[in-house]
Amino acid sequence: MKTVIAVGLMLCGALSWAAAPAPQDEQMEARYRALTSELRCLVCQNESISDSHADLAKDLRNQVRAMMEAGKMDKEITDYLVARYGDFVLFRPRLKGLTAALWFGPFVLTGLGVLLLIYYVLRRRKGMSDAPLSGGEQDRLRSVLRGAEGENKG
Amino acid sequence: MRARSLIPLGIFATLVALLWAGLYLNPHEVPSPLIDKPAPEFTLPQLQDPARNIGSKDLLGKVTLLNVWASWCVACREEHPLLVALAKTGQVDVYGLNYKDTRQDALRWLDGLGNPYVVSAFDEQGNVGIDYGVYGVPETYVIDRAGIIRYKMIGPLTEDNLKNIVLPLVRKLQE
Repeated sequence: MKTVIAVGLMLCGALSWAAAPAPQDEQMEARYRALTSELRCLVCQNESISDSHADLAKDLRNQVRAMMEAGKMDKEITDYLVARYGDFVLFRPRLKGLTAALWFGPFVLTGLGVLLLIYYVLRRRKGMSDAPLSGGEQDRLRSVLRGAEGENKG
Repeated sequence: MRARSLIPLGIFATLVALLWAGLYLNPHEVPSPLIDKPAPEFTLPQLQDPARNIGSKDLLGKVTLLNVWASWCVACREEHPLLVALAKTGQVDVYGLNYKDTRQDALRWLDGLGNPYVVSAFDEQGNVGIDYGVYGVPETYVIDRAGIIRYKMIGPLTEDNLKNIVLPLVRKLQE
């Protein structure tokens, strides 16, 4: 009896395994979706080849799928496309000499802005001193105030 | 002090200049990574004679233009008379890559508008197009004797760019 149950359980296990979608396929599908949404369609430039209805996007999707089925790695597939269409096919361009400005430019500019701001703030603070006015400055202040009063009255 | 107050003006002027220049750039002209690289190899049936093949090897030994065209492509119709006129002058051999077309439509097109091509390759699936990084027909490649791509024109040839860019380059390569 025990053996019968055991065999039955094994069969169930095997059957349920066969019925569920093969996890490998699902993985493949997710990889395919991730990969094609990272690739720019050159015809309608702000769409990925995963979203685009352009003919070229369809062809490139097929090409990506064919290469995946042939066991190519993601890197090999993107290299293949970059070799033909240039870095522009990648929504996230690779870091290299030409693209360094794209990657670091904003940070460099922000840094420069912050430095400038600090510089100006410090300089302004230095300009404001609490030292008492000298004799000459006192006189000038008084005469200016007097002039202003006179103007107000007039 | 006065020079210093000019700095914001300078920054503003630079921005304006950059944005101004940007107005005249064509975002659809993506530089090809194939420039100065060997033209991708291919072998395809000829458009007019499916029994015979045409391949990248047939282009070696002379400077050639490889023009990607299709009967469904409106801009191709625009540049076609220029190609026909160019072929008549015999300055350079023009080869065609008929891209994602049907043979019948393509042949009818050549019958109606004239055939400037020494031979047209028939790329029904567009696979050779992918190898050449084609994304907007028409495109024209200038290929030197050794089979190296020297220039790629994206979009239709015009009298202006033919005279000022393509033909001077062809003559230089022919020397």
